[in-house]
Amino acid sequence: MKPRVLVVDDDSALAEMLGIVLRADGFEPAFVPDGNRAVTAFRESKPDIVLLDLMLPGLSGLDVCRAIRAESGVPIIMLTAKSDTVDIVLGLESGADDYVVKPFKPKELVARMRARLRHHDDIASESLTIGPPDSPVSIDVPGHQVRRDGSPIALTPLEFDLLVALARKPRQVFTREVLLEQVWGYRHAADTRLVNVHVQRLRSKVERDPEKPEIVLTVRGVGYKAGPP
Amino acid sequence: MIENVPVTSTDVDGTPSASDRPFDRASPRPRPDTLAATGAVLAAWWLALRRWAIRAARTAARIWGESLQLRVAVTTLIVSGAVVLIVGLFLVDQISEGVLKAKRTAAIGQVDSAMTSARMALGDTSFADVQGVANAVTNLKSELALNGTDAGLYRVVIKADAAPEALSDVFDTDPIPVALTGLVEQGRAAVQYGRVRSSNGPLVPGLIVGEPIQSRGGLFQIYYLFPLNAEQDTIALVQRTVLLAGLGLVLFVAMIAVLVTRQVVGPVRVAARTAARVAGGDLSQRIRVRGSDDIARLGQAFNEMAASLQQQIQRLEQLSRLQRRFTSDVSHELRTPLTTIRMASEVLHARRGDFPPQLARSAELLQTELDRFEMLLADLLEISRYDAGVARLEPDDIDLRSVVTRVVDANRILAGRHGCEIVTHLPDDGVSVEIDSRRIERILRNLVGNALDHGDGRPVVVTVASSDDAAAVTVRDHGVGLRPGEAGFVFDRFWRGDPSRSRLTGGTGLGLAISLEDARLHGGWLEAWGERGVGAQFRLTLPRRVGQPLSSSPLPLEPADAVGSSS
Repeated sequence: MKPRVLVVDDDSALAEMLGIVLRADGFEPAFVPDGNRAVTAFRESKPDIVLLDLMLPGLSGLDVCRAIRAESGVPIIMLTAKSDTVDIVLGLESGADDYVVKPFKPKELVARMRARLRHHDDIASESLTIGPPDSPVSIDVPGHQVRRDGSPIALTPLEFDLLVALARKPRQVFTREVLLEQVWGYRHAADTRLVNVHVQRLRSKVERDPEKPEIVLTVRGVGYKAGPP
Repeated sequence: MIENVPVTSTDVDGTPSASDRPFDRASPRPRPDTLAATGAVLAAWWLALRRWAIRAARTAARIWGESLQLRVAVTTLIVSGAVVLIVGLFLVDQISEGVLKAKRTAAIGQVDSAMTSARMALGDTSFADVQGVANAVTNLKSELALNGTDAGLYRVVIKADAAPEALSDVFDTDPIPVALTGLVEQGRAAVQYGRVRSSNGPLVPGLIVGEPIQSRGGLFQIYYLFPLNAEQDTIALVQRTVLLAGLGLVLFVAMIAVLVTRQVVGPVRVAARTAARVAGGDLSQRIRVRGSDDIARLGQAFNEMAASLQQQIQRLEQLSRLQRRFTSDVSHELRTPLTTIRMASEVLHARRGDFPPQLARSAELLQTELDRFEMLLADLLEISRYDAGVARLEPDDIDLRSVVTRVVDANRILAGRHGCEIVTHLPDDGVSVEIDSRRIERILRNLVGNALDHGDGRPVVVTVASSDDAAAVTVRDHGVGLRPGEAGFVFDRFWRGDPSRSRLTGGTGLGLAISLEDARLHGGWLEAWGERGVGAQFRLTLPRRVGQPLSSSPLPLEPADAVGSSS
């Protein structure tokens, strides 16, 4: 079954070209040209992944991103013409998993999408536990479930992948570059802000006090590691 | 006939003054050791005093230089003081002279009339007739004493050098200045100022008129002593009045000067304060203008200047805002179609094997030139971001060695294409630096790419070193190097060292300019060294912590193997 892609972009030429490229790469694209109809289109088409232009007529890309994230953890990749720091961080903070800066190469885009759609065919049951002993976080990897003190925590697939990557090797310190490669699938060095922003988002969901993290610890000057089990 | 004696104010008493006494130097000589100690103490005191004097002089000079008001007041004080002094002296002199002249005229008139009776009384006397002379003198004295009051009170002193001893009681012994007696003894009348005793009172300044009377017996000397207390009092009063009036006048003038300068200096100070605030960035500051005098015009002119300045700056700010918006808009507007073109080109490029040769080549050219176009666009946007001042540093604590390793590894393929080796010298310990890794990586990518481009296939050496507050990376090539003076141009936009050289990396010409801006954004240095035929070296120096000022670099700009080759 072909993965469904919702392309939210107001530029018809680009949308058409994206359609050609995506179809050639085995995706099934759907298109919506403005922000106001994006959320409705998202509910109707139930895509596996969303490509979202940040500058849209009607509802802005950031608002669309927040609206989709509010009801689904579906991977969102921003298409942005602005490589300015602020825009990218804003986009990531409103819930996007990754971004590509225009003009991007089609191969690059497809690689980003595939990395986000990668299926974890972990049949074997794998259960991980990290965090302080009095309030550990348990992860059911094949079930895509995270619990803390018995109550489930809703994570997006990306946040889940990030947590699992850290939890699988609890004593290892991961540099941002390694995390970019393992979680986002970047083979070359990329924007380490991706890691920073998503670690913050992850902490805000799993930590008791995001200011004093116990699950995802910062190792100054190096990167991150999982809190002791 | 009365003559004026040039000598004035002789001390009639003739007591020797204290200054004539031999000076008493009976103090014992100090011993040498105490002398030395005293000398040292004195020298220390002298030094302290000199230091104090220098400091005081400096403070005074500073205050003098700073306060226009003080300067004007003091100058006015000095000038008006001098004028009042000259005028006062002249006035006092004139008045004293007038007073004394009147006194003298009156005194001489008095003496003239008195002399008539004196001549009558003494003219025929002879010293042989002792009793006669005594009577005559006594009578004359009482007569003269009763006489005349025009010139005020006076005393008569009658002397006769030739008089016999028996008459010594009759004649007076009041001391008379020698210069005067000398003249009178020669039979001449004379006038002199001196000190006189008024009827047993203290000695006071006075006027002495001497007249000789030739009798048959010999020469009588008659001296009229006019005390000048009243005149002295008058002159003293005049002096006091003039002094007080002069002082008052000087103070008054100085006060006027202070008030006048205050009227000028006050607004000038307000203007200076306001100008300082405007210079400090508060462009809305204005001077309150009252009236229409010169000072008001100054204020008005200042306000107009400030207003035009404010307007200009607002206009520039707006332009800068527009420029930033424009950059952002161009970025978006250009990038979207470019993305479509890029994807279309990729599709064509991927299928070029199915095309006839010419079409296939076209697809290839389209692809490679699009790469160049994109790079150029990205660099242009980056540098315009710097120009607009919107570039922001996003520092992170990072091991500089990891950034260098990453860049070097990424360039291995390119190095292989150049037939070039990249040698790295990294320290064993971590070099943690607060940097924006994206920007530092871009700098290093540019430097390494550049070195490979110009290295002529010889090894490129990348060295990292650090000190307590700085970290440095040098990238050294052994290629053609730089001509003298070119090290200053390499960071210029679109500058090409040698236009004839082929460029495998196909740089945009903006790489080093952007790198320089990146380094500056970190508060770091990016410098170039090069020598014809020896090679070139670029050195990036960064502070270990953001905001720390750099004072030195842990690595030399000129590589060790090239030092000395230049001579």
